[in-house]
Amino acid sequence: MEIIKTDVAIVGAGGAGLRAAIALAEADPKLRIALVSKVYPMRSHTCAAEGGAAGVIKSDDSLDLHFNDTVGGGDWLCDQDAVEYFINEAPKELIQLEHWGCPWSREPNGSVAVRPFGGMKIKRTWFAADKSGFHILHTLFQTSLKYPSIQRFDEYYVTDLLVDDGRCQGFTALEIRSGEMRQFQAGAVIIAAGGAGRMFPFTTNGAIKTGDGMALAYRAGAPLKDMEFVQYHPTGLPNNGILLTEGCRGEGGILLNKHGRRYLQDYGMGPETPVGQPVLKTMELGPRDRLSQSFWHEQQKGNTVSTRWGDCVLLDMRHLGEKKINERLPFVRDLSISYLGMDPVKEPIPIRPVVHYCMGGIHTDIKAATPLPGLFAAGECACVSINGANRLGSNSLTELLVFGRRAALSAIDHLQSGLPASKDAVLAAQAQDSAGRIQALFDKNGGTESISGLRSEMMHTMEEGAGIYRTGEGLAATCEKLAELRQRYAGIEIHDKSRVYNTDLMQALELGSMLDCAEAAAVGARDRQESRGAHQRLDFTARDDQKFLKHSLAYYHPKEPARIEYLDVVITKSQPGVRDYSGAKK
Amino acid sequence: MSRKPYIREISKTNWFFSQPRYMRYMAREVTCIFILVYTILLVFALKNLAQGPEAYAEFLEALNSPLGILFNLAALVAAVYHSTSWFNVTPQAMPIQRGEEFVPGNIIVGAHYGGWVVISLIVLFLGV
Amino acid sequence: MSERQIQLEVLRYNPETDSEPRFQTYSVPCLNEWVVLDALNYVKDNLDTTLSYRWSCHMAVCGSCGMMVNGEPKLACKAFIHEYGDQIRVEPLANFPIERDLVTVVEDFIAKLASVKPYLIPKEDKPVSAGEFKQTPAQLLTFKQYTLCINCMLCYAACPQYGLVPEFIGPAAIALAHRYNQDSRDGGRDERQEVIASHEGVWECSFVGACSEVCPKHVDPAGALQQVKVASTIDWYKEHLMPWVKK
Repeated sequence: MEIIKTDVAIVGAGGAGLRAAIALAEADPKLRIALVSKVYPMRSHTCAAEGGAAGVIKSDDSLDLHFNDTVGGGDWLCDQDAVEYFINEAPKELIQLEHWGCPWSREPNGSVAVRPFGGMKIKRTWFAADKSGFHILHTLFQTSLKYPSIQRFDEYYVTDLLVDDGRCQGFTALEIRSGEMRQFQAGAVIIAAGGAGRMFPFTTNGAIKTGDGMALAYRAGAPLKDMEFVQYHPTGLPNNGILLTEGCRGEGGILLNKHGRRYLQDYGMGPETPVGQPVLKTMELGPRDRLSQSFWHEQQKGNTVSTRWGDCVLLDMRHLGEKKINERLPFVRDLSISYLGMDPVKEPIPIRPVVHYCMGGIHTDIKAATPLPGLFAAGECACVSINGANRLGSNSLTELLVFGRRAALSAIDHLQSGLPASKDAVLAAQAQDSAGRIQALFDKNGGTESISGLRSEMMHTMEEGAGIYRTGEGLAATCEKLAELRQRYAGIEIHDKSRVYNTDLMQALELGSMLDCAEAAAVGARDRQESRGAHQRLDFTARDDQKFLKHSLAYYHPKEPARIEYLDVVITKSQPGVRDYSGAKK
Repeated sequence: MSRKPYIREISKTNWFFSQPRYMRYMAREVTCIFILVYTILLVFALKNLAQGPEAYAEFLEALNSPLGILFNLAALVAAVYHSTSWFNVTPQAMPIQRGEEFVPGNIIVGAHYGGWVVISLIVLFLGV
Repeated sequence: MSERQIQLEVLRYNPETDSEPRFQTYSVPCLNEWVVLDALNYVKDNLDTTLSYRWSCHMAVCGSCGMMVNGEPKLACKAFIHEYGDQIRVEPLANFPIERDLVTVVEDFIAKLASVKPYLIPKEDKPVSAGEFKQTPAQLLTFKQYTLCINCMLCYAACPQYGLVPEFIGPAAIALAHRYNQDSRDGGRDERQEVIASHEGVWECSFVGACSEVCPKHVDPAGALQQVKVASTIDWYKEHLMPWVKK
């Protein structure tokens, strides 16, 4: 097996991975950097983010306000030292991106423009029309081409971490185009491989978001943190889950039920604000968890609109006018017309909540380090945690920049800590084992399970048991089902026996990753007997700070369900309080 | 090595039949031939003119033949097609930005047509 | 929801068993609102797990699923079934080698993209602590359109010139260079011109215009290339006829 020796190897080449790679290359041009991804960098799902990236820049804003919005938005499950670091670094990172050419939208005087976003008290979301993630990703990718020391390995699927001597020393990866295995040796490994939204049937996430990075770390012994917190974005197209950015509401779009009522006022986010004059942090600019939960209640009450794609509410943007929609939300208009046949300039768009983001992920500290020495993580796959129980829109694009860079700096520190020489023979043996597992999949005939069948059962049980509202009973059933599916996974067969670009094999591996992530999420949710942020229990409706002002840590076991431990939340200056998104608040 | 990328050969001689838009492109390019021949014809006209009125009259007579008229008509059609196809793409090749908007394409195209008419009128006026 | 049975003809190629590509037809029950990608996913999940193709976002922004649909370069996620008859033919993107089934080898494009220095080469150095570069909405508008390229390579599949002359740097890469050249913050035009104003650059383009016709994001690479031609012609005249005028 070919061995590729590097100083730092990065898994994932989306926003966080690219940012990490650039930070490494800038810090020391002599570092050998391997940027390994199962897709070409510009295919990474960062490209689908629309609304923008939060960072304090305007004179009416302050770091404290961003801190308070983030911590309250996360229902006090955020680590406050991490949030503080994050908001401090945020503006620098966004300016850095501007210096690299990101086409941020501008004010008439040439300074960067900001837009309102849900749960934010001040306008602080930098945006590039409604393709912010796309522009961030392409700016980073194009900038990365400047650095010859960043060696890319596009379309390589990382299969296992190599761990010896108590530290992570690399990984094995499958070169998808040839089907050959490679061993990557690295002083430090950064995982930046995105979330796992594909474990649900209805999601804004692209096909590649299968939790591979999370599962890699998880199986190697690093715990997954707060996996029970899954964000539903309130405004997705009902037929295929395509995201319509929160920017729609930031620019003044309103949500209506079938009676034409702005129903959010009935869920603690009123009183009603004038149409076309959005007021920050109330009504349509409430946080995503609250908005998605309001939808659920409206559905229970029969106030939703029945469409052939199921129950919906309406996102009305008509009053914004064609000019503003074309300038600020051109992609939203294009997507609505193309995929739904409806023009937001002319009619309200039916929408419903859709799985969007994993607040949880690989447990890291404030320096992006996981408990496994030599292993770092950043972006959606990681959980620092700055997002707590509910991420505010536009914090995640900034997060991948701030912690992508942070992970790179930590990796350098780790390299400089005087690492003992790695034992090639041990790593080679591990790599052979890993290759053997892939070979076994090829060799196996007469499977009893289909990949798509198991996948759809997994999605179904996640939606049933671990959706917007959950019950102990439903979660227990989901946990049981997932345990069963993990067992049955052993019965799958790869029908495609070709080595070259074998997507049958890819899907099998991805399903394995998703099942592990899904189980961690479901077990975490079952055991968290309270309601907080995006985790809402019908049998435990209140937040319980006594018992659960804690992060959950899920530890992997190959056969048993995840083992859950708890870790105290870091609280520095904001004691848990009431999340008030009513317009009447002080 | 199990990889063996397959390369689909493209015909060097008749690739443009594979797509209507390639045919349109080739039609535009072919019009050049008429314009080339017409230019050569003009050079001959000058040469004959320099040789005296008799030679020039002979040249004009040759042009008056059915073949000459047919060629002139064909060259006219070709020139019009070539010119208009160029006019229509000028907004792409030479966009004009005024502040926060681009000048609409039809104004740029229209200006070209306008210029064409004006020049044609001048030539006509000088000719008559 | 209206349902339709379509015959999906897919070009298959397995390098380990096939000497050349062949068509395979699948009968797929489709909803009228589906896109071709949905039909392919149906095949993959229900009929034939060995079919390989790239896809991810399903919203025309990641650029993965470019392929020929009835001979036209299209994003499979934006090729609507209702725009086609009951017979739909799907092939890998033209002008690229076929790796496997609908998957092409795209290394050439990636290398060309990197060759044009597609990153900001700032006019002036400015530390992050000094804040952002100012750029008015009008200055942004000048190049904005050319930032919208998703690297889906449909333009390369449509460009006959790229098919005939593989050295041609091609539409998307040159349009991206033009994007940075037009950026008010950039000072790297001279460096990029060396690459894109060369023979393999814009002068290989004969303005067929197919690239812009198939571009799913309306980037208009053909326009960008003609603008580069005009600008580099002006450069040439300045250099040779008016050497005393600085560029």
